[in-house]
Amino acid sequence: MEQYEPDRLSPAQVAAMRRSFRNGRAALTRRSLLRASAGGALAVGGLGALSACGIPAAGKTEGGTSAEDHSAKEKEVNFSNWTEYMDVDDSGKRHPTLEAFTKRTGIKVKYTEDINDNNEFFGKIQPQLAAGQDTGRDIVVLTDWLAARLIRLGWVQKLDPSNLPHAFANLSQQFRSPDWDPGRAYSYPWQGISTVIAYNKKALDGIEVTSVSDLLDNPKLKGRVGFLTEMRDSIGMTLLDMGKDPGRFSDDDYDAAIARLQKAVDSGQIRRFTGNDYTSDLTKGDFAACLAWAGDVVQLKADSPDVDFLIPDSGYITSSDSMLIPNKARHKENAERLIDYYYEPGPAAELAAYINYVCPVEGVRAELAKIDEDAANNPLIIPDKAMQAQSHAFRSLSSKEETAYEEKFAKLTGA
Amino acid sequence: MSTLTEAPPPLAPAAPEKKPPRRRGRLTPYWLLLPGILWLVVFFALPMIYQASTSVQTGSLEEGYKVTWHFATYWDALSEYWPQFLRSVAYAASATVLCLLLGYPLAYLIAFRAGRWRNLIMILVIAPFFTSFLIRTLAWKTILADGGPVVGALNTLHVLDVTSWLGWTAGDRVLATPLAVVCGLTYNFLPFMILPLYTSLERIDGRLHEAAGDLYARPFTTFRKVTFPLSMPGVVSGTLLTFIPATGDYVNASLLGSADTGMIGNVIQSQFLRVLDYPTAAALSFILMAAILAMVTVYIRKSGTEDLV
Repeated sequence: MEQYEPDRLSPAQVAAMRRSFRNGRAALTRRSLLRASAGGALAVGGLGALSACGIPAAGKTEGGTSAEDHSAKEKEVNFSNWTEYMDVDDSGKRHPTLEAFTKRTGIKVKYTEDINDNNEFFGKIQPQLAAGQDTGRDIVVLTDWLAARLIRLGWVQKLDPSNLPHAFANLSQQFRSPDWDPGRAYSYPWQGISTVIAYNKKALDGIEVTSVSDLLDNPKLKGRVGFLTEMRDSIGMTLLDMGKDPGRFSDDDYDAAIARLQKAVDSGQIRRFTGNDYTSDLTKGDFAACLAWAGDVVQLKADSPDVDFLIPDSGYITSSDSMLIPNKARHKENAERLIDYYYEPGPAAELAAYINYVCPVEGVRAELAKIDEDAANNPLIIPDKAMQAQSHAFRSLSSKEETAYEEKFAKLTGA
Repeated sequence: MSTLTEAPPPLAPAAPEKKPPRRRGRLTPYWLLLPGILWLVVFFALPMIYQASTSVQTGSLEEGYKVTWHFATYWDALSEYWPQFLRSVAYAASATVLCLLLGYPLAYLIAFRAGRWRNLIMILVIAPFFTSFLIRTLAWKTILADGGPVVGALNTLHVLDVTSWLGWTAGDRVLATPLAVVCGLTYNFLPFMILPLYTSLERIDGRLHEAAGDLYARPFTTFRKVTFPLSMPGVVSGTLLTFIPATGDYVNASLLGSADTGMIGNVIQSQFLRVLDYPTAAALSFILMAAILAMVTVYIRKSGTEDLV
């Protein structure tokens, strides 16, 4: 600001200006700021309106769970999925399997990649589902434990088996009857996920790693080990290493696993807990070894030859991402037809060849071999007998257990 | 403004004010206020009330949440998570001091010495804002990578031995330590310090420096007795703009930190999204707000400046 050029203003004007800066309503002084913030605090504190708020109980949504099915009139389906979880063509913009579905059925698919994190996505849709409103999505793809929670809360619709002939016939054995959705009444897997140990050969520099114990105890790896922020993966792998079954463990077993990890955190053995961002730490060599999702590692290996993975003798954790139809979805039948479509060997093979996760569809090997011989023989995509024998699922938790366990795990990870 | 309050030009006594001739449109100011007030009600007051209500509710997702005036949540949250509160304040305070130490000379340079480079330097200060906060923070992971040149140099100079001894770093690495988190905070909030400092310094009348020189003040005395006191409003608003958001930040701690560098923002985030303990998350948010308000109040009272801009 220039120096106000007092000679161009009348004395009265200058005086008015000074007043307005120092005392006027426009002046931002410490006193006015303090007064304003105190006022704001009082206004909030004094309001008796607080008790008017509240969150309704789950499942008590008015007007039932289903909406009128508009499938026949509106030939469309809204599909929410994770990023990079669908085949794309060379231009990177189109999804061949979805387009083939539209061509065959006339049902347009609105495909959105708006799921990045189970917890965040739950935070996003929870208010609508709790209030019994349509989320605007006909299919959502969520990891087992969150799918289990939604089923427990009564926020997803029962599927109609008569619309799902292929899915019923072709779902592979290992995914058939999880304890949280016996007989797959509400959910069908999109892809299976294996949690394994990944390592960077260069960073390891000859140090031998074969088990989770090595990650937790080998002093040469101090500060260069990563674990996952997904509670079930980190705890599950630790339980396996301790000789416990993640499908059948007690509170004491859980606490023992937490204590074992806590020791490694306190000693500085574990560098940090990560989500998907472990991939950059691993390729840079900041992590010498870490827990990882096998599908990522298959893709990482292609770019950085130093990265590889191993399956510990104690076994590994499997989970899956499942397709669900939320309450009040407008196009239930269309959604079921889309689910069923991905259980036909052809589309399933095309998808598996592209995204490298565990394919949950039986009888896909022949189709996949036509597209990619290597993928068809990769046990990470189509698990062989030996792989299947080593796989373990984390048991489902009650609401109370879930809260208690997540709280303990959050504390372990420093939050 | 400072110049006006501190060294006003000589003035004649104020002449009697004339009443403005038109009195129509008396309500106009209130109409003009309406959009702002609506905005505040919808996006500030209502969420605050909702949040306050959540903090005194009990229940679970299955049974729903009801207001039971369960104030013990506040005490439980505080006694459980006070280390993260202290850590947040300590990290944010360190970052603020670092920002001031780095930002003041730069703002001084831009205001008094940059000449025709002034605009260019200003753009360089603001330019990082053109990319996302996350990308900027992730870039630090590359800069401070274990095998990278920065850590290599610090190791060669044995700087990390000293910082390890102080507990700021762990072993021969910087990433996933308190130092990395403070570095990230400092970097991300530095422009919020520089801009108010610059505005404040730029307003200082250069003639005051000349006058100080005429009175035989050495440059340092001029700075201590003239420049710095006149720039206090910038220092105060700069520290507030840095300290307040840095205390609540959780991105830096989760990307650059480790399990023992969790800040209160990380706790609130995980209570809300992961543990689904909405009352505790809401109570922690309110405690954080109250704590910041209290600290800021004391700070503004003690800082001895009347103006904030």
